[in-house]
Amino acid sequence: MNKNNNFSLTHLERLESEAIFIIREAVAEFGKPVMLYSIGKDSSVLLHLAKKAFAPGRIPFPVLHVDTGFKFSEMIDFREKMREKFDLDMIVEKNMSKEAQSFGPEDAHSEEYIFHKKTTPLLKALEENEFDAAFGGARRDEEKSRAKERIFSHRNVDGVWDPKNQRPELWNVYNSRIKKGESMRVFPISNWTEFDIWEYIKRENIEIVPLYFAQKTKLLDRNGVLVRVDEYNVPKEGEKIIEEMARFRTLGCSPSTGAVLSEATTLDEIIEELRQSTISERGTRAIDNNKDSSMEDKKREGYF
Amino acid sequence: MNKKNKKDRDLVVLATSGSVDDGKSTLIGRLLYDCNELYDDQLAKLEKDENGKVKGEYLAHITDGLSDEREQGITIDVAYRHFSRPERKYIIADVPGHEQYTRNMVTGVSKASIAMILIDARKGLQTQTKRHLFIAGLLETPHIVIVINKMDLVDYSEERYREIKKDVTAFLSKMSVRDLQFIPVSAFKGDMVVNRGENMPWYQGPTILSYLDNIEVSTDNNLIDFRLPIQMTIKIAQDKRGSLGQIRGGVINVGDDVVILPAKTKTKVKEIYVSGEKREQAFNGQSVLLSFENEVDVSRGDVIARANNLPIISNELEASVSWFDDEEDLNIDKTYLLKHGTKTTRAKITDIKYKIDIETLHSEKTKKLSLNEIGRVALRTNDTLGFDVYAKNKNMGSFIIIDELSNKTVGAGMIISRGLFQKDKKVEIDSYKNKGALLWFTGLSGSGKSTIADRLHERLSEIGLQTERLDGDVVREGLSSDLGFSKEDRDKNLDRISFISSLLEKHGVLVSATFVSPYEKKRKEIRKKHKNFIEIFVDTSLGECEKRDVKGLYKKARAGEIENFTGISDKYEKPKNPEIHIKTEKASIDECVEQIVSYLEANNIISK
Repeated sequence: MNKNNNFSLTHLERLESEAIFIIREAVAEFGKPVMLYSIGKDSSVLLHLAKKAFAPGRIPFPVLHVDTGFKFSEMIDFREKMREKFDLDMIVEKNMSKEAQSFGPEDAHSEEYIFHKKTTPLLKALEENEFDAAFGGARRDEEKSRAKERIFSHRNVDGVWDPKNQRPELWNVYNSRIKKGESMRVFPISNWTEFDIWEYIKRENIEIVPLYFAQKTKLLDRNGVLVRVDEYNVPKEGEKIIEEMARFRTLGCSPSTGAVLSEATTLDEIIEELRQSTISERGTRAIDNNKDSSMEDKKREGYF
Repeated sequence: MNKKNKKDRDLVVLATSGSVDDGKSTLIGRLLYDCNELYDDQLAKLEKDENGKVKGEYLAHITDGLSDEREQGITIDVAYRHFSRPERKYIIADVPGHEQYTRNMVTGVSKASIAMILIDARKGLQTQTKRHLFIAGLLETPHIVIVINKMDLVDYSEERYREIKKDVTAFLSKMSVRDLQFIPVSAFKGDMVVNRGENMPWYQGPTILSYLDNIEVSTDNNLIDFRLPIQMTIKIAQDKRGSLGQIRGGVINVGDDVVILPAKTKTKVKEIYVSGEKREQAFNGQSVLLSFENEVDVSRGDVIARANNLPIISNELEASVSWFDDEEDLNIDKTYLLKHGTKTTRAKITDIKYKIDIETLHSEKTKKLSLNEIGRVALRTNDTLGFDVYAKNKNMGSFIIIDELSNKTVGAGMIISRGLFQKDKKVEIDSYKNKGALLWFTGLSGSGKSTIADRLHERLSEIGLQTERLDGDVVREGLSSDLGFSKEDRDKNLDRISFISSLLEKHGVLVSATFVSPYEKKRKEIRKKHKNFIEIFVDTSLGECEKRDVKGLYKKARAGEIENFTGISDKYEKPKNPEIHIKTEKASIDECVEQIVSYLEANNIISK
């Protein structure tokens, strides 16, 4: 007879409700918001939340994908599928400059690659379209410098983050005021963990890129990172091809994203595998391991 | 209680704070490490001892995130991290200890249900600790746990632990704290964090982890007072609109009558969508879309409530304000932007009543609030707001202050009351008027009648209203000094008061009369002789009155020294239908006054 029980939210419902509130807050307060779409599982969750936030209405902002040209082909197929499914207003940005085109797959680990292939086209697209707010799917549990990131994260006219000049966020009141030329990055799923994401994907039956599920995969071991054999990762002389059941825990550029050996072919198996895992999520990404404060340096430049 | 399954875990926000070098980062590192919450690649970067365990001095590196902070050896911002237990998921809001960053403490505890405050066992209760305790209390944090750390450096001394516990308890005695726990630990060595260790057999209480896992977290799940601040209204189909928002109190059903504030437009709820799905009902905490009958006008900043349960609707308010700006002080007459819920409006500071000395908790007169200071401030907003007091509803009773030029968040406010008629040069005092009426305060001796009536009288006279106080003790000393306490004499006393107050009422005076007046029949008699009789039942339990026993009367009555004492040797007949029913044990004096003022305004006894 405890009436209270029926009127309380579980942790996933609380996180969902909060994220929807944040998305609506940004749409209400900014003239031209956009959603950064990376095609990964966090982006899939974000898109799902955006849909729910305005249903039965439609998502009232465009989504932006920064394409490095080295993304897994399954990701691009999935992006196009989602574009249709959600009737998305989608912008795909690619840095076509000579400088950016000069990078090969083997450069995908480097700081310069990130700067030219990701940060520069992102800032260019934001500026050209005069977007004043951009949603991102970053979570505070991903990486140490993210832990101190605000939900409404202020960027100056150059899109740069100043960790010492962030606004305090109290209760559920977000200060979204900016001056002309400045912008805001908004992170609705800041408080979610990797577990929450997977549990929510399962609960809501959210479609994700098939690469997250284990399948027989041809792999190359490059400095401890298991990259998939494809058009970007061509076996060099003397390199041994391994064929194993493997899946991807995060998705990025094919040459810099490592697979994990896994038998997990269903969501339940993925969640169980995660429970047993001893490696952090970003441990499979080559780009974060350059040096201890590498993510923070990239963020200051404007990277998500 | 049912054991919750994995999917239905709680989400608990825990704020942690301490002074510089209290070992907070080490403690959080220890908690995560001993709970096996860290991954191998995170651990790989940390130095181990000969047993393969991470060395105590490296635990802090697990949580220190920003590179230049690491160089300085301090954390600067609030950092959020997670850890997860079978029954519960935690978000840790890690608040830095630097003295100039009080704003981060306010920020960190604003969403927390548990505040964990660290004390260095060698240093004991410091100014910074007092500040943290004060803020946790001010923000009504439901649970406070005091962690006395570095016990290893005081030889795990029970005496030292008790000494600090005594100091903290003495300091907190001046504040109301709902739930308090002390835990002695050594984060460095690992005692009493996750494992008990063997160094403090004298301590019988819980470790930090078992405290966290077992505490029954009280939530602010208010299911009575329906409040929905509107974020925006969107078109959902041809000629069909929906209003979006997150419910901040209460329950709502399709077909319910509601009011849109501040316009007070009446309408009915037509449809409810919860997180995008159509439902019949929604409740506190859910993000909803509502559509209304008659296509009424609803826009951002409006608040939806029920007609019989409205928030305070006013453009004046009083609040505790914490000031964050290091460049400019908060000054009287300055205008800022105030963001309350989803409403942003200009607000002028009309008065700074006082600031609070954190060391002594005394209030001091002041004309400004500087960085890190907290004080009581009166404001007037351009647009009318619908709000509640903070103690009743945190989300509906809080706001931030934004500097219009720099766009910085410069302050945070917790609303104490409707800012009733602020003294201000620009507001004509004559613009307020009142009708003649008799406010009849009835209730047991010691129930708080005089205290409430005095405060009300003070505030009404400040703005020049015609108001008068008739107090039981005062009347007894003068007008009725010839009378005793028999039933006949009591009645005679009340007749005289009734007569005087009817004269005053006739001349447009608002009279506050405070008399025990225990008999229903007599009160009815008085009611008949007045045009505007407003019965105010000051409802305080006998036990509480006896506990207070301000005048020592209950003691005497119990000893038989006073005859016919109401509540002890004579009955008190509770009013059946009082105009105003005040429950003093659940409300502050200001809230009680607020309740009366709302009634007087709603019934046009006072007006602008």
